[in-house]
Amino acid sequence: MTSFATATTVEEALAALARGAKAVAGGTDLVVGARQGKASLPDALVAIHRVSELHAIDETADGLRLGALVTHAEIAAHPAIRERFTALADASAIVGSHATRAQGTIGGNVMNASPAMETGGPLICLEASATLRSVEGTRTVSVEGLFTGPGTTAANADELLVSVDVPAPAPGTGSAYVRLEYRRQMEIAVVGATAVVHLEDGRVQDARVAITALAPTIRRVPDAEAALAGGEADDESLAAAARAAAAASSPISDVRASERYRRAMAEVIARRAVESAVARARGTAVPIPASGARP
Amino acid sequence: MKVEATLSVNGVPYPVELEPGTSLLAAVRDVVGLTGAKEGCDDSECGACMMLLDGKPVNSCSYLALQAEGSDVTTVEGLARGDELSPLQTAFLEHGGVQCGFCTPGMLISATVLLEETPEPTADEVRIALSGNLCRCTGYDGIVKAVLAVADAS
Repeated sequence: MTSFATATTVEEALAALARGAKAVAGGTDLVVGARQGKASLPDALVAIHRVSELHAIDETADGLRLGALVTHAEIAAHPAIRERFTALADASAIVGSHATRAQGTIGGNVMNASPAMETGGPLICLEASATLRSVEGTRTVSVEGLFTGPGTTAANADELLVSVDVPAPAPGTGSAYVRLEYRRQMEIAVVGATAVVHLEDGRVQDARVAITALAPTIRRVPDAEAALAGGEADDESLAAAARAAAAASSPISDVRASERYRRAMAEVIARRAVESAVARARGTAVPIPASGARP
Repeated sequence: MKVEATLSVNGVPYPVELEPGTSLLAAVRDVVGLTGAKEGCDDSECGACMMLLDGKPVNSCSYLALQAEGSDVTTVEGLARGDELSPLQTAFLEHGGVQCGFCTPGMLISATVLLEETPEPTADEVRIALSGNLCRCTGYDGIVKAVLAVADAS
């Protein structure tokens, strides 16, 4: 690396990006990646961790706005996120270790675009959007549309993710994120699943299901959502949704699990996510994180 | 190209000159000269390098030293008051929480954070909170007992 600058305003950060620098916030992916030899540190870095305008959590009746620098620890501890955007709290509560959660940011987690990352499924299922800024202007894309492949996004190199907006779920909505894990910290999903279920008079008005670490990007599973929609979230429809999630999987074999094991676990983990979301929609408390808890 | 900066470690300002890619761990051990924090995996898996940054835990092997300018860094050396060990350090000794000692600096930082956030943890909570810190010697039991002893005493 040959140059390093610390930005204190978004404008300073954008100017550095326009000159070819890469942004670093908590460093929990960028610096670790360099240590592991995945990719050396960029030639020019702009540290954005002192940009105070990107630190805020704003919660209104319409929804939630997370500044790019909000940490996982802040998300996991936020009462309104735990109450209304519970799947996101499930996810942020299990990112890395408490050191990772204290330094790692939502913006960095999203832009790193790992297909195994925890917050992606909840953001996609809660229909979140990402605001990208560059010196040229501002645009908003869905988080689902942002992920284009393992480690790649639709953002241009000179664009900075400044905030993530999550619309308020309808009353009667429960959500959950569950992963298969080998240890409780410094882990990332071996297999993960998210479910957001909106119940009205006991019937599923709307359901969203996404799978994590089971495809090149985190993706929604329309067949699983259709299996739940209109029904009473009974055992049969939950089983059908879980089977659909497994059927939509195209996992790889890597150091953490074989393709076959991931495929087998997809149904189990999807089922747990849907069960937890339904339980929460019915008002039954499921501990955060839902991983490890059983409704 | 080296960059001049000032790192505040355990309340003492240290003027340093660092390559931009230098980790906080390398800066504190090799430039500042405080060797309490250890390099275990250099990969953010083992927690041996854990320090506090403005009171929050950080795996210092995976944090750029220049980003710490303007923040207060606390290492294991900053937990004791002169020759007087902190209650956690004393408890680690009393309960056999230390064998080879390599994980101990990170364990102590990690446990300090836990007790600040959760003053009366259960044994399970201690185990989960410390599971980002790997120990090859103790089997963890002495460490968990030490943390619980401090929690009970306070």
